[in-house]
Amino acid sequence: MIIAVASGKGGTGKTTVSVNLARVARQSVQLLDCDVEEPNAHLFLTGELKAREEVRVPVPEADETLCDGCGECSSFCRYRSLAVIDKSVLTFPELCHGCGGCIRVCPKGALSEKGHRIGVIETFQTGHVSLVHGCLDVGVAMAPPLIRAVKSRIRKGCISILDAPPGTSCPVVTTIRDADVVVLVTEPTPFGLHDLKLAVDMVGELKITCGVVINRVDAGDGRVHAFCRDRGIPILLEIPDDRQIAESYSRGMLIVDALPEYRPRFEELLARVTELSTNERKESHAYL
Amino acid sequence: MKVAFTTSGETLDAPMDRRFGRAPKFLVYDTSAGNFEIVDNVQNLNAPQGAGIQAAQAVSRSGASSLVTGHCGPKAFKVLQAAGVAIYTTDAPTVAEALDRFRAGSLSRAQSADVEGHWV
Repeated sequence: MIIAVASGKGGTGKTTVSVNLARVARQSVQLLDCDVEEPNAHLFLTGELKAREEVRVPVPEADETLCDGCGECSSFCRYRSLAVIDKSVLTFPELCHGCGGCIRVCPKGALSEKGHRIGVIETFQTGHVSLVHGCLDVGVAMAPPLIRAVKSRIRKGCISILDAPPGTSCPVVTTIRDADVVVLVTEPTPFGLHDLKLAVDMVGELKITCGVVINRVDAGDGRVHAFCRDRGIPILLEIPDDRQIAESYSRGMLIVDALPEYRPRFEELLARVTELSTNERKESHAYL
Repeated sequence: MKVAFTTSGETLDAPMDRRFGRAPKFLVYDTSAGNFEIVDNVQNLNAPQGAGIQAAQAVSRSGASSLVTGHCGPKAFKVLQAAGVAIYTTDAPTVAEALDRFRAGSLSRAQSADVEGHWV
């Protein structure tokens, strides 16, 4: 089962929900931190570093003895990452999306793949939780290839929790695509509601079932609740605006460890998410 | 020799466009023949990235050995340098004025990019 935790708005508590959800699982669980520009789940789930691997994307390299300067590669590339001047090919790896199209269209076979490093993937083990996170190198503009590399570590047969970056653009879509269920974490403020609406639309486009977690629930007003009711989106958990939660967070502690009275609520969240994903699978099977 | 100017118009009295990659057109002036042709750069106007790279290829293909523009970013500079195109920057308001300054030898040749990409 793949559970993605997303939000729209930043700072609503995606990582808090992800790490606590992972901790209360009774079986082997993976937490994949897909917020590769600023991974932070490891600050809460500190564990032993098991593996560290570099991630590279394929960028073109030209053999100028074979190039006849036809320019097919350059006109094919929609990201404009190649220029052909006379019979020499200039490449701009920082613009390349690694699709390999230029290599295929070259009639002379003058282009080949070369690895361009974009970041690293680290794996930690904390009790029954295996934490995998991607760290994008400074100066690299494209997160999706690294997110896909993190997601390639998803193991079948266990619970995989994907901690998504904020927003509703490519990095988030790359993260939540193929998830069985998306948990949208929001807060009951005008900002939380505004971005929740965007996130709900995004999840709808991708045809993934979703539920909502409302964090700091006493802080704002009832408009997020009303929106969820109108749209028929289940509210899976409400986390109170409790000073003790903020204090444990500030110390890098999990809510379910620092405040055990909250453990049953996260267990119930996991049960409800599992139920949503199971129903989803039954429904999608009905179309087959 | 041919000299390319960045412009939004199609005549010598048209205004210079200070952008290189996203200039709508290049006026390519042939100094020995005394005439010019217009090279459209419209495919780059809405490109999300790499406009300078494509524009530099277009200038190189036009046969120009010099370029007169307002500013030039790092990727365009790299391609123009590889193509052997000399880059001159100017604040001349029109193509005609820029051409006069070029002929008078009062423009200095750019030794490096003078703006970051996406500077506008």
